[in-house]
Amino acid sequence: MPWRFETWVITLLGLMPAALYFWYGAHDQLGADPVNVFERWLGLWAVRFLLVTLCITPLREVSGYSLLRYRRTFGLLVFWYACMHVAVYVALDQQFDMAVLWRDITHRPFLMIGAGAFTLLVPLALTSNTWSIRTLGRRWRGLHRLTYGVAILAAVHFLMAFKTYTPTSVGYAAALGLLVLWRGRQVTRMRTASDRGDMTQP
Amino acid sequence: MARWSYPHPRPSEITPHAAWMNRRHFMAAASLAAVAAPFSHTGPAMAAALRTQPGPFQATDRPTSLEDITHYNNFYEFGMGKADPSAYGAGFQPHPWTLSVEGLVAHPRIWDIDQLMATMTLEERLYRMRCVEAWSMVIPWDGFALATLLKQAEPLGSARYVAFESVVRPQQMPGQRAVLDTLPWPYVEGLRLDEAMHPLTFLAVGLYGQTLPNQNGAPVRLVVPWKYGFKGIKSITRIRLVEQMPPTTWNRMDPTEYGFFANVNPDVDHPRWSQATERVIGASGFFGGGRKKTLMFNGYGEQVAGLYGQMNLRAQF
Repeated sequence: MPWRFETWVITLLGLMPAALYFWYGAHDQLGADPVNVFERWLGLWAVRFLLVTLCITPLREVSGYSLLRYRRTFGLLVFWYACMHVAVYVALDQQFDMAVLWRDITHRPFLMIGAGAFTLLVPLALTSNTWSIRTLGRRWRGLHRLTYGVAILAAVHFLMAFKTYTPTSVGYAAALGLLVLWRGRQVTRMRTASDRGDMTQP
Repeated sequence: MARWSYPHPRPSEITPHAAWMNRRHFMAAASLAAVAAPFSHTGPAMAAALRTQPGPFQATDRPTSLEDITHYNNFYEFGMGKADPSAYGAGFQPHPWTLSVEGLVAHPRIWDIDQLMATMTLEERLYRMRCVEAWSMVIPWDGFALATLLKQAEPLGSARYVAFESVVRPQQMPGQRAVLDTLPWPYVEGLRLDEAMHPLTFLAVGLYGQTLPNQNGAPVRLVVPWKYGFKGIKSITRIRLVEQMPPTTWNRMDPTEYGFFANVNPDVDHPRWSQATERVIGASGFFGGGRKKTLMFNGYGEQVAGLYGQMNLRAQF
């Protein structure tokens, strides 16, 4: 299943924004503050793909249309973009200054939250394969509920990244929040249904 | 042969003595206007050449390019993006403009900006500018010391602070038309009187030898190089001498993050990011010129540390 042609196409297309901006940056076309712009671009696309993964189940419920087979591909794109976002921060922005990085990560809530979101993505990425689903069974679903934790942490990190609340950051945070809440209601309804012994919902 | 009688001017037509004494200033201004005429109209300020002389306190750093200085701006009146002020600033009309000096002064005055620029001797000063967002530039400003203007107004003994106010023109400034205001308007700032009277404190009317572009705060803005850039209020309409510490916009937005003094200080971090280093715009590059270590008082400690003697700079940030 993961080797389907479309998943490669989606992955390649999904990485284009990063490649494009890297090219711009290397050719001095990202403006006066290229590292910062690139860093933010990568973070933005991580959030965008995260929104896509969170929309898949709601979309199926509302329209019956299922993109479930592609959710893993988009989820992994979230991870790749988050990796690149962190890599640019560590390498291009802070220039591997480990002392400064450690001090910042341990003192700045803004960065702690970002690091938290990234940390949660690692086990999700590592278990994004058929072998893990088979081996972990029911626990795989529980583990992947961490996605909602990632969404909340990413939303807060995004909101904290600017001097004031911006329409962009508020918009994305609201979208993430709404999707988490939607799923939260869904889970609650399922629990109530199963308590009543009524398992009509999958 | 008829006696030729010369025309008797009416008293109202006679040039006042003071103006006649200042005729050289008017001639200089007129010739400047003639040179600038192809470039200026009442409307968006096309850059006009300024006559300046080199001033004191020149930085030894390399100046940031005009392109970067005029296309990477925080001027939320035009939008929140760094490119918004240059993209959306064209509709702003900095002429005609008046600057009012008022409050606890012996000689309050409403200056016409052209009159002000003709009266003052303009200096060129290369200053470092450090933004609170941890980036920096080096900018060749043209203008005059704020102290010159304040001394003419003669602050009264009761004056302790100087309050500054910017402009509200939603029809010319798209950022002021937003449904959700990013900042409360007008933008306001303030300095302690001794900070305002310090020779470093500068009112800029130009940069790189040309009048200020709209996105840089046309037609007149404040430059306080040892403080974070948000203290440099742009497009000033009023300067008022007051007794109480005046409100400042960013301090109102979040007093835990933006203080009144806002002195550049690598040892006092912003709650969300470190202030120990800065990205030098135009120099850091993509593959790393890297960050520069931020200097105490942005490197102007020798000139201004004395203003803060015993003050706890962490508490009074």
